[in-house]
Amino acid sequence: MARLNADNERIAHEIIGRYPRKKSALIPLLHLAQEQDGWVTDEAMSHIADLVEVTPAEVLGTCSFYEMFKRHPVGDYHVNICHGIACHLLGADELIHHAEETLGVKGGGTTDDGRFTVEGVECIAACTEAPCLQVNYRFANKVTTQDFDALIADIRSGARSDIPPHGTLAKTRQSIPEERAAGPALVEDAQEPAWLSRNGSDQ
Amino acid sequence: MSDDMVTFNVDGNEVSAPAGKLVIEACEDAGVYIPRFCHHERMNPVGMCRMCIVEVDTGRGPALQPSCMLTVSDGMIVDTQSDVTKKAQDGVLEFLLVNHPLDCPVCDKGGECPLQDQTMAYGPGESRFVEEKRHYEKPIPVNDNVYLDRERCILCDRCTRFADEVVGDPLIHFMDRGNQTQVNTFPDEPFASYFSGNVVQICPVGALTAKPYRFKARPWDLAEVDSTYPNAMGDRINVQSSRDQVLRFQGVDSDAVNWGWLADKERFSFEALQSDNRIGSPLMRGGGLNKADADGDELVAASWSQALGSAAKAIADTTPDKVGFVGGARLSNEAQYAWTKLAKGLVGTDNVDAQLGDELPPHALLGLPRATVAEACQPGGVIVLIGCDPKETLGTLYIRLRHAVVEDGAKLIEITPTDTGLTNVASASLRARPGEAGTVARALLAETVSGHIGGVDEDALATARDLLGSGPVTVVLGRGSLSESVDSVLEAADAFLDVDGVRFLQAIGRGNTMGALDMGMSPGLLPGRTSLAAGQDAFSDLWPQLPNSDGMNTAAMLEAGAAGNLDVLVLLGADPINDALDPAVAAKALATVPTVIAVDLFVNDSVSKAHVVFPAAAFTESSGSHTNLEGRITAIRQKVTPPGTARSDLVIAAELARRLGHDLGLETPSDVWEELGPRSAVHGDVSSAAIEADVDGVLITATGRVAFAPPDQAVSREPVNAYALRLVTARRMFDNGTMVQQSPHLAGFAGQASLRVNPYDFNRVGVADGEEVRVSAPKGSVNVAARVDPGVPKGIVVLDYNRSGADARVLLDPGATSIDIRLESKGGKA
Amino acid sequence: MSIPKITTARWDVEDGHTLAGYERTGGYSALKKALEMTPAEVHEEVKTASLLGRGGAGFPAGVKWGFCPPGVWPRYLVVNGDESEPGTYKDRIMLERDPHQLIEGCLLACYALGLSQCFLYVRGEMAHGQERVAAALNEAYEAGYVGKNILGTEVSVDVVLHWGAGAYIVGEETALIESLEGNRGMPRLKPPFFPAAIGLYGKPTIVNNVETLSNIPWIINNGGQAFADIGEAPSTGTRVFAVSGHVNNPGVFEVEFGTTTFRDLIMGEEYGGGIRNGGSLKAFIPGGASAPWFFEEHLDLPLEKGTVDRAGSMLGSGAIVVMDQTTDIVKACHNVVRFFSRESCGKCSPCREGTSWLEKILQRIIDGNGRRADLALLMDVCDNISPGIAWPPKQTTICPLGPSAVSPIASVIERFADEFDAYLGEPSTEQAVEVR
Repeated sequence: MARLNADNERIAHEIIGRYPRKKSALIPLLHLAQEQDGWVTDEAMSHIADLVEVTPAEVLGTCSFYEMFKRHPVGDYHVNICHGIACHLLGADELIHHAEETLGVKGGGTTDDGRFTVEGVECIAACTEAPCLQVNYRFANKVTTQDFDALIADIRSGARSDIPPHGTLAKTRQSIPEERAAGPALVEDAQEPAWLSRNGSDQ
Repeated sequence: MSDDMVTFNVDGNEVSAPAGKLVIEACEDAGVYIPRFCHHERMNPVGMCRMCIVEVDTGRGPALQPSCMLTVSDGMIVDTQSDVTKKAQDGVLEFLLVNHPLDCPVCDKGGECPLQDQTMAYGPGESRFVEEKRHYEKPIPVNDNVYLDRERCILCDRCTRFADEVVGDPLIHFMDRGNQTQVNTFPDEPFASYFSGNVVQICPVGALTAKPYRFKARPWDLAEVDSTYPNAMGDRINVQSSRDQVLRFQGVDSDAVNWGWLADKERFSFEALQSDNRIGSPLMRGGGLNKADADGDELVAASWSQALGSAAKAIADTTPDKVGFVGGARLSNEAQYAWTKLAKGLVGTDNVDAQLGDELPPHALLGLPRATVAEACQPGGVIVLIGCDPKETLGTLYIRLRHAVVEDGAKLIEITPTDTGLTNVASASLRARPGEAGTVARALLAETVSGHIGGVDEDALATARDLLGSGPVTVVLGRGSLSESVDSVLEAADAFLDVDGVRFLQAIGRGNTMGALDMGMSPGLLPGRTSLAAGQDAFSDLWPQLPNSDGMNTAAMLEAGAAGNLDVLVLLGADPINDALDPAVAAKALATVPTVIAVDLFVNDSVSKAHVVFPAAAFTESSGSHTNLEGRITAIRQKVTPPGTARSDLVIAAELARRLGHDLGLETPSDVWEELGPRSAVHGDVSSAAIEADVDGVLITATGRVAFAPPDQAVSREPVNAYALRLVTARRMFDNGTMVQQSPHLAGFAGQASLRVNPYDFNRVGVADGEEVRVSAPKGSVNVAARVDPGVPKGIVVLDYNRSGADARVLLDPGATSIDIRLESKGGKA
Repeated sequence: MSIPKITTARWDVEDGHTLAGYERTGGYSALKKALEMTPAEVHEEVKTASLLGRGGAGFPAGVKWGFCPPGVWPRYLVVNGDESEPGTYKDRIMLERDPHQLIEGCLLACYALGLSQCFLYVRGEMAHGQERVAAALNEAYEAGYVGKNILGTEVSVDVVLHWGAGAYIVGEETALIESLEGNRGMPRLKPPFFPAAIGLYGKPTIVNNVETLSNIPWIINNGGQAFADIGEAPSTGTRVFAVSGHVNNPGVFEVEFGTTTFRDLIMGEEYGGGIRNGGSLKAFIPGGASAPWFFEEHLDLPLEKGTVDRAGSMLGSGAIVVMDQTTDIVKACHNVVRFFSRESCGKCSPCREGTSWLEKILQRIIDGNGRRADLALLMDVCDNISPGIAWPPKQTTICPLGPSAVSPIASVIERFADEFDAYLGEPSTEQAVEVR
C-alpha cells in the first residue's frame, strides 16, 4: 500500500499517453491510487507527481480540491446521503440522522469495524428519486429508513457484491486499441486537420 | 501620439497609456492609485482578491471590472470614486477581514501592511462578523527561514504564483477548497527554494514572515536607503536598519536588473555584516594581549598608525616586482581604482589580479560583444547557455532568463555537461561532455554533421540548429566546471562569434569582477579597458611609477610567494587558501611571504596567516558604486557605521599611500570619476551624480581595447574511457563562501559536498544512495557521499565545489582538457 | 404537430446504450451523412437549428462554434458532463442510457469545426455513467466510428473519457478546463479566457453540455430547419426537464421548448402530476439552485429562455424543484446557500468569504440566535457579492457561483418575512449590530 503497483503503473502510463500534457492525467491517476488502496496515500501522491512531472505539492493541491479523494482511510463502504435541495425537501436530514444513529457515527465518520463511512453530500443528480444515496457511488433511490436498514443489512451479509470496494469507480475502463488510436492532439506545432483543409470550411 | 497609445478617462481626466497596459497600472501612471492585494506587476494577473474592482464603461454602460485583468482601450471610462465602486471595494475589504485575526500588535507586517493601511483608510470601524473566525495552527515553518501564518493569509496567490511562475519551484500551493483553502507544502517537503525570501517581501499581509527578521523591529523604526548588492548581477536592494544595525534587505524593482527579486543568499546575508566575527580594529602579529610582534603567533589588535606604518615599511623596503596584490572583486569601483592607482601608479608593480584563476580570463570578459540582461532576455530571442547553471550561481539572472523563456517566447539552448536549473524550460539541451563544449558549439554552427559529437547526437544538434535562426542570439557564457580547461568554453565562444549580431553575457561569480577589470585590476591592464602599454600616456601624469611590463597573475604570484620570490602580498578581500585552485601552493605562499597584508571584513583562513590586517567597511557601511556583469554601474550607499574603527577600502588605500609618502588624491568616490573620466575611453559619461540619478545606473557600452583571444587551435579531446567517469565540479548557491558561512540562517544550507552520479553508473559501481565513495583522479583522491541524480548523464559525475567534506581541488589539473576519475565503493568494487 | 423525442428516444430501448441497439435505432447514420457533407455544411445545419446550449447559460451552440479564431490549431472539444446543479438530473441519464448518441454528437462537432481531440468529462460520482460511456467508446473504437480514420476516411479524432472527482464548480466551463489540465477547478477570468479562443492548454476549445451535443445527431439527420420548427424561437427543439420536490410524479421529461409552461410540467398529469397530497404550491426553483425562485404567479410562463429571463430568473439546467406549503422556507433557503458555500472554489474573496458568511448567519437564525439586524446584514452581504441584487446578476466575483448564493435569499427574505420573524422572535433592541 503506497506507490502505484506495477499493473496500475502500466495503466497510469496508458492514461497519461492519451493527453497532450501529462498533468491532465492527474485526476484519473488519483482515482487509480484510490482504487488501489481505498484512499489516496502520500506515497501515491509522490509517485503520481513523478509520473506526471509535477511536484507533490501540486498533486496535493489538486487532490485536496476534490471531495471524492480521501486522504485518510475510510470505510469499505462510503455511504453518501444526498442533502441537496430536492432531497432536503423529501427527508434527507431525517435519513442522515437515522443513518448516523443506527451506525453510531457522525458526519464523515467511520464505524469502529471500518466497514461504513457516512457523509451528507451535495446533490448527486437523482433529484426525482429523492431522497437518494450512493454507496461507493452506486445509487439507491427513494430511500426510506427501512430501506436504509435493509441496505446496510444486505451489505453486511454479503448480498451486495455488485457494489465494488471504495475507490473503484467504473468497472469498465476505456481502452483505446493502439491501431485505432488517433493519438493526442499535441499543443505544439499543430496543423489544421486534414479533413478541414481538404473539404474547406467557414473557419 | 503614436499608434500604440490609447486615450481613456479616469475619474474625469483624459489620459493616454500604451495599448495593452492594465487599467490598474495605467491609472497608477496617471496618478490614480487603485487598491490591490493580489496584483503584482512582475507576475501574471489573477484577479482573485477583487480589491481593485472599479466601474468601467466601454460603451455598454458602467460595469464593475477587476482593473488588474482589464487592458485599457480607447474611450474607456474608468470611475474609481463612484458610489458603486466604493461600495464594492468596501465590501471586498470587509470580506478579507472577516477571517483575518486582530493580531496586528504582534504582527511583523504591522506598519507596512497593505491590508492594515487599507482598513485604516477606508475600512469599517467595527466588524459585523460575529461568527467564529477560521483557525489554524499559528505560524508553521514552510522552510528553515520562512514562517506561514494561515490565519492571516488572504489567499492572494502571490507567494504561490511566485513559486510556480517566477522561480519554477511550485512547492507551496493552495490546498483544500472554498472557505477552507490554505497555502501549504506537501507533508515533509519544505519550500526548498533558493528564492523563498521573496514571498515574505511580496506578501500583502503578515502571513509570511522571515525568521532572520521576525520581531526584530517595527517598520516605523527602520531607516532605509536604496543601494546595490555587490554580487555579479548587482541586484538593487533597499537596506533597512534600526539603531545602526542592518536588519533587512528588500529587493528593489529595477527594470534593468533584478525586478525586485533577490535570492536568499543575498537577502539573508545581512546577518554576516552584523556578525560578531567582523574585524573591528587593525590586527598585527603579536605575542600576547595587544602586543605587536612581527614574529608573534597570533593576531592581536593594533592601532591604525602601527598597522599602516608596518605595512608601508614592508612595501618601501622592497622592490616593486616583489610586491603583489591579490583580490579586489569585493571592493567598490572607486576603491578598486584607488588600490590599482596605489599599486600600479605609486608602488609601481603590475602584480595585481582581482581574479583567482577560476573564472573566465579578462580578455573573455572584456573582449566579447556584451549583451545587457534585457537584450539577453528579449522576447523572441535565442539564449545559448554555455557551461554554467545560473540558478546555482546567479539567482536573479536565472529568474530573468526563465521569464524570457516561459513568458516572452525566448528559446533556450543549453550546451552544458548536465541538467541545469533551466533544463525543464529549455528548447534544446546539448549535453556536451566535459572539455567538449567548443566541439559541440562548432558542430552546432556547422551546416551539417553526422554521428555523435562531444556526446551529442546529430538529431539533437539539428533540432537546436533550427532554433538558432529564430531570433537574435545571446550567449550566456560561464565557466561552470573547474575540472575542464577554460579553453573549451573559449572555443565555444569563438565559434559563436561567427553568428550575425551575437552578443555575450558573461556569467561571472565574484561580485565586482567587471568593475575590477574596468579599473585595471589585472596584470597588463589599466583602468578604462585598456592595456598597460596603450594606457601609458593617459595615466603617466598622475601615476608616476607605471610599470613597463606585464606583471604576474594570482597563480604566478602565489607560486612566486611559495618560492620565496615575493616580499609583500596584499590580500584585498581574497582568501587564496580556500579559493585558489592550488591550495597547497597558496598555503605555502602565505607561510613564506615575509609580509602578508590583508584588507577584509573577516578573519578567514588566509587572513589568519597575515601579518597586518586592516578592517574594512562593508557595502552597507561605505558609499561608492558597483559594476555588474553587464557593465552597469549602480550606486552603493552607506546606511550604517562600520564596526569599531573599520574604514572604507578607498580610505585604507589613501592612508597607506600617505604612509608611503604619496598623496593618492582620492578622498571621496566622486574624486575617482573626476580623475578617471577624462583618462578612460569608456568612462567619460560616468560621474557620481549620474550613477545616483537612475535606479538602473549607468551602462558602459563602449567596448574598449582588449581583444578576445580564442585558443590557437582546436582544443584536444581526451578519448572516452569506458571504465572511467568524467568529472564536473560545480558551484552550488550555498557553499563555504564567507558571506554564507557568516550568516547563521544560511550557513546550514551549505551542507556536505556530495558526488552526483547517473543511476546507471550508480548501479554499475554498486553503491547505495548516500554511501561514501572514493573518487580517484591522476592528481589525487577524495572520499565523498554519492547521490543518484538522473540529471547527470551516463559517464559523468558532478562533485560539489567549495563545500565541506571533500575538497574538489585536490583532483584538479589546470592544464588538462578534462579529468577522468575512478569510483570505488568502500567495499572496493570498481 | 406531434413533438418527436429528440434526445430521450432510446431511454425506453432496453439495449439502447449498446452499439447494436444504437445502430438498430438509426445510430451513427448522422455521422455517415455528415462525412458526405462538408464541415461547413454541418456547422450551418447547427446554426440553422438555433440550438441553445443546455448547460445553463443558454448560449446558441452554432454561434459559439463560430468563435474559434481562424488558423489557430489544434482545437479541442470538451464535453461538460459534470452535472451537479442541485435539481438537475438529465445528463446522467443520457450518459447511462444513450452514450452513443453523445459520442456521435461529439464526432459531428469535431468534424464540423476541425476539433482534433475530444475530452468527455464525466462527473466523478457517476460511476455507472462512466461504465456505460467507457463500454460505448470501446465498442465505437472497435467498430471504426472513433479514433484513427473514422469509417475509412481521413477524419481521425480520439474521444477520451475523463472523470471528475467531486467539485460542483467544475461545471463552469473555464473551471472544467482547469480541472482537465490536472489543476484545481478554479474558474478563469473572462475576459481574457474565453474558451473558444483561449481554452484547454491555451488553445481554442469548444465546451458543450451533454444534452446540447446529444441533439446534434438528430439535427444532422433531420436538418437544422426541422429542429428550428419545434418550439418557440429562439428556444427551439425540445428540452429535458427534471421535475422534483413536492410533486406527485417527479420525473425527467422531454418537452417542446419555448411553448410548454411551468404549469404544464408541474401540474400536468403526464408530467409532474400536481402538488403532493393535494397541497398547494409555495415556491419553485425554475432552473436549478442558481436560479431565483418563482411562485404561483409564474406558473403560466412558457419554458422559453427570453420570457423566463425577463421574469427575473432562468431556465438554467432544466431543473424544476417544487416546494409545497409545508416547506420551511428559511431552512430551504439555508440549504441552497449552504450548497454554494460548500462548493465555492475559494479563488475570489467575495465568494469564498461571503457565501460562508451568509450560510453562518442563516444557520445562526435557524439555531435561534438570530438578530433582527441580521436580515439587513444578509442583504448587504448579498449586495457586496452581487451589487444591486438584480437579474441578470452583477457580480464582484469571478464567476456566477457567488451571485447564485444570493438568489435564494433575495427570493424569499421579503416574501416570507413572517417565517424569518418566527425564527428571530420579538424585535429586540439589544445585541444590535451596526449595519452600514
